[in-house]
Amino acid sequence: METFNVGKIEEFEDKSKKVVTIGDEEVGVFRLGKEFFAWRNICPHQGGPICQGRIFSLVLENIDDKMESHGRIYDNNKVNIVCPWHGLEFDIRTGEHPGNPSISLDPVSVQVDGDAVYLLIEGKN
Amino acid sequence: MDALIRPAIEHPVQEINTTTDTRDYLAKSRQDAERKGYADWLIVDVDAHHVETVSWPEVTSFIEDPVVRDQAKMYHSERVGAPPYGLNGDLGLRYQDVGGRIPHQSSQREKVTDTDVHRDVVLTRRAMHGLGVDYMVIFPTPMLFLGMHPQTEMEVFLSRAYNRWLTEKVLPGDPGMVTLVVLPFNTPVEALKMVEEFADTPGVIGYCVTSTRYKPVHANEYMNLYRAIEETGKPIAFHAGYHWQDPSLATCNTFLGMHSLGFAWCNIVHMTNWILNGIPERFPNLKSLWVESGLSWVPFLMQRLDDQYLMRQSEAPLLKRMPSEYMSDNCFYTCQPMEKSNMKALECTFDMINAKSNLLYASDWPHFDFDTPSVIYDIPFLDEQAKRNILGLNAASLFGLNKNGPK
Ligand code: FES
Repeated sequence: METFNVGKIEEFEDKSKKVVTIGDEEVGVFRLGKEFFAWRNICPHQGGPICQGRIFSLVLENIDDKMESHGRIYDNNKVNIVCPWHGLEFDIRTGEHPGNPSISLDPVSVQVDGDAVYLLIEGKN
Repeated sequence: MDALIRPAIEHPVQEINTTTDTRDYLAKSRQDAERKGYADWLIVDVDAHHVETVSWPEVTSFIEDPVVRDQAKMYHSERVGAPPYGLNGDLGLRYQDVGGRIPHQSSQREKVTDTDVHRDVVLTRRAMHGLGVDYMVIFPTPMLFLGMHPQTEMEVFLSRAYNRWLTEKVLPGDPGMVTLVVLPFNTPVEALKMVEEFADTPGVIGYCVTSTRYKPVHANEYMNLYRAIEETGKPIAFHAGYHWQDPSLATCNTFLGMHSLGFAWCNIVHMTNWILNGIPERFPNLKSLWVESGLSWVPFLMQRLDDQYLMRQSEAPLLKRMPSEYMSDNCFYTCQPMEKSNMKALECTFDMINAKSNLLYASDWPHFDFDTPSVIYDIPFLDEQAKRNILGLNAASLFGLNKNGPK
């Protein structure tokens, strides 16, 4: 296990990310509020650069009690990273596709210590 | 934290957007191509696109009718906020990028400094490098709607202008770029002229009918055209598209629903007419290629037509075999978009369509549902020879391409 410094906490705005390379690996590090998450930059769909995509809030159908639809709305508490190749979306917290949780991203351990953010990558030592 | 901490290096491309260089966009595909050794394989991408409307004033300068050509010129120089001259289509209903989620579908505003060749040559070369392909068949994009044009003569003007512009100004830039001449299919006499005119043009490897149209493919007026195409030895391709204004598709409120059905539906209709009217019996050496409808519609239609045909043979008296046999033996298919959520169904489909010899790889780059060659390479039930056939050798045979790649 080897530790890599990906920068200071203050370098990350809320709902932002940084993509880093570590040897032959690429990892996306995401900030949501006070939490950090990290995922390998490989999409489970066709191997695209998932972490280099754009960030969007989860979209919901606005259904009322009578089951009538009133269009779509954002759920700003759930934030997705969207793969730029074909648009598959993944919840930044869980790494899961919102429509099929069995399709998910490959996690990397991330730690906050003091004012900095670190990645712990297995198999590097 | 201890002293062994090392800094991570920031990736030079933090976010892919509409200005990202295609080579960066497809970097992962390139790495995959190198890992898998595609350099030793012939890979032919039978369906990729450029956006011809970016060069529309150039294209329309090739319109042969002097009055229409001048109208196009004035329109482009004076009219504000208008779509490209003469094109019909869906104007603002192009939601392929899912609201900015898939930027390459919207535009490729990347820097191109090379001025020796047309910009589209540079973009195509970058895509070929990224995908690891040797030949790329170039199709237009907004012109796929031309079959629905209210002025049939405009389909003739624009398709002829495009074919001339592409073969004179773009294709000579790279021997790996080839095309299927766009036929003004709503005017069969002009389509026939186009076949004759471009039969020996370098880079032309076949003929393309854009499938969104309401003319029946079995109409008698097409028989001269089919005979002429058969004599060239080149295939006729039906390139699918969508048409949201089609009354049944107009019930779909999402691009997702409309696009899923539309790209299959037009070819389902044409294939049904093609087979039941015995076109493969009338022109046994005419090879038809069915492009961009995916594959899952094919087993459905085979079973459906076989079932009904046995009960109503007198309505299709030209047939000497089951409809499905013509569909597997006489027809070729491109794989994109490869529907593969059920691998068993895919394996059955490959078996039914005789994929080892009749299936061709296509990327559809740069559209939102593009496929890299890995969609074929990674299939667990195919042996290496089948993969090599589908990724390139079948296309080389069908189109007469050099099996060692372009020279
Ligand atoms: S590779 Fe990520 S969406 Fe297809």
